[in-house]
Amino acid sequence: MLDNLWLVPVWPLLGFLGNGFFGRRIGKRAVGMIACGSVGLSLLSALLAVGELLALPHGVRVTQVVAPWIDSGNFQADWGLLLDPLSAVMILVVSGVGFLIHVYSIGYMHEDPDYPRFFTYLNLFTFSMLMLVLANNYLLLYVFWEAVGLCSYLLIGFWFEKKSAADAGKKAFIVNRVGDFGFALGVMLLWTSLGTLQYDQVFASAPAQFPAGGAVVTAITLLLFVGATGKSAQLPLYVWLPDAMEGPTPVSALIHAATMVTAGIYMVARSAPLFELAPLSLSVVAWIGGLTAVFAATIALVQNDIKRIIAYSTISQLGYMFLGCGVGAYAAGIFHLMTHAFFKALLFLGAGSVIHGLSGEQDIRKMGGLRKRMPITAFTFLIGALANAGIFFSAGFWSKDEILYGAIASGHVGVWALGAASAFLTAFYMMRCYYLTFEGRPRVEEKAAHHLHESPPVMTVPLIVLALFSAFVGFVGFPPEHGVYHRFVEPVFAVAGGVESHAVPADVWTMAGISLAVAVAGLLVATRFYVWRPETPARMVERYPKAYQVLLNKYYVDELYDALFVEPIRRGSFWLWRQFDDRVIDGSVNGVAAIVRVGSAVLRRVQTGYVLDYVLSFLVGVVAILGYLAFWR
Amino acid sequence: MQVPLSAYLILSAFLFIVGVVGVATRRNALIIFMCIELMLNAVNLTFLAFARFLNSMDGQIFVFFVMVVAAAEVAVGLAIIIAIYRNRETVDVAELNLLKW
Repeated sequence: MLDNLWLVPVWPLLGFLGNGFFGRRIGKRAVGMIACGSVGLSLLSALLAVGELLALPHGVRVTQVVAPWIDSGNFQADWGLLLDPLSAVMILVVSGVGFLIHVYSIGYMHEDPDYPRFFTYLNLFTFSMLMLVLANNYLLLYVFWEAVGLCSYLLIGFWFEKKSAADAGKKAFIVNRVGDFGFALGVMLLWTSLGTLQYDQVFASAPAQFPAGGAVVTAITLLLFVGATGKSAQLPLYVWLPDAMEGPTPVSALIHAATMVTAGIYMVARSAPLFELAPLSLSVVAWIGGLTAVFAATIALVQNDIKRIIAYSTISQLGYMFLGCGVGAYAAGIFHLMTHAFFKALLFLGAGSVIHGLSGEQDIRKMGGLRKRMPITAFTFLIGALANAGIFFSAGFWSKDEILYGAIASGHVGVWALGAASAFLTAFYMMRCYYLTFEGRPRVEEKAAHHLHESPPVMTVPLIVLALFSAFVGFVGFPPEHGVYHRFVEPVFAVAGGVESHAVPADVWTMAGISLAVAVAGLLVATRFYVWRPETPARMVERYPKAYQVLLNKYYVDELYDALFVEPIRRGSFWLWRQFDDRVIDGSVNGVAAIVRVGSAVLRRVQTGYVLDYVLSFLVGVVAILGYLAFWR
Repeated sequence: MQVPLSAYLILSAFLFIVGVVGVATRRNALIIFMCIELMLNAVNLTFLAFARFLNSMDGQIFVFFVMVVAAAEVAVGLAIIIAIYRNRETVDVAELNLLKW
């Protein structure tokens, strides 16, 4: 398998082509089987490849060049794949979670007339994401970075006849483009400084070429991080992700929770050798991560759409991952990426199950008491919520705690505080979401209550599988430093100097205790607000109406961007249209036609139709020629 | 006293000019045709004058050709005028202005 690494991404590509060309002719069952089967084969190939990698000596990475691509002067880039511990973790997450979501979608999208198109796009996305994490050079990474952005646009705007969905797709793509611009500049700067874009060559020559803390490497890493803020929805380019909830819920689960948005973190982790040479950039990464984590968590506190809550939670958790990378705890960041993929996908799919069961209702104020009628969904959702909140035992606890420990152990108390605050808020809003959706008195509307039912097994089985992972996968990361996971990825991040090996083990348990206490505190406050004293939320709104409005309206950031960027551009475009396109361009084209028309109006008067006029011109011509011949020659 | 060559040539030129003016000025198609014939005959005169004064038969033979061509041209031209008359009820060239823009 290691000789045929290309097999891992190629199955979904084949699925994309098959369903794309023949999807409408082969019937729903075949489409579903091709789509899920291809990702399943990917998962199988990935498992085999990683298995073989484990058998190799520790720290070996496998590169396979599938085909040469660009070879021009001193620039060379190939279709090259790299399998090392980092990309191994990523392909397992992408294909594993992807497979479960594909299966779930068979149930969720069953009634949709565009069923084949959905699976076509989903397979294309899976292919692109696998290529993104397997690429062995920055150029290929950038190509598939764009490709996943394209798939995101296609899938967010899947129900494109709905204006809000089409707009959301555009918004996602355009905001991402801003980030991608920074990313492209970073890649170009990297090439002009080092002359190569291949990972191994870049990381080998970087320490020699770039003085630690130098301007060039700081610029490169900051520009790369700009790309990451766009793709992974951090401040200030996060605004597209909540709107992306317009897409079908499996899309939200796969792309906007488990995989595509993690591309930014993957890229930062992959570029760890570069970031280690630019401490300023690392600070920026950590602070932006921490601030985003708290910022998004505060918004999630008061949202009423179940998907929006989970979306802001995703933004917040991505901030956590960047926080981890920013303090040098890359392994912790990737660990959280992995656990987050499981429980966030679980939460989204659970939300999808609820929405499906309620025939489309998404407002949690119109839910409640669903646990009795949808027990599997409720229980798995609870596990996901606890994992997200970082309650002990669940995977989320281990990964979150490790990031916080990494922050404090490397002396970043400020970001640690942000992380801890965010953990408290996360526990609160997740439990709020759970309680309002599944517990308490049912507030479901009559027409939705009518069809209320637990989802079919094709949807609940993935939920159960994800719940098991969310609960138990954390143990591969325990204890930190010596766990299975850490020993596996350690060679990739050796350059970071191993933050975890810093302090005395006793500190680890104290910090773990604090993390747990913070999370449990959030849980208890939420329980007080929504179970023991349900009148509390209303009272809080009364006491702090302005704060509530600010949070409910997401700090008015969308309105701000609208005024700062969208409106001026729209007005500028309008001006260009009327003044330049209409007047100058159309004017010159029409002007040419007008000249021809006026000219011909003058010249056609020669055609009098009167033969004797023609005879006259004939004679004049003869006289002229004879005169010339007689007198000039 | 022999008639000088210039006399013939002047006569020819004069006849030719009359023919030209007639073609350019007259409105009746038949009159225009007659003026064309006049031009042709003026040219014949020139040929014959030169044939006589250069003692060459070439000029005289060429006159035959000119006459044949003139006859053929008249036949075709009159056929056309008759066709036009049948269509348009007129032989006035001023009224044949369908090709006006």
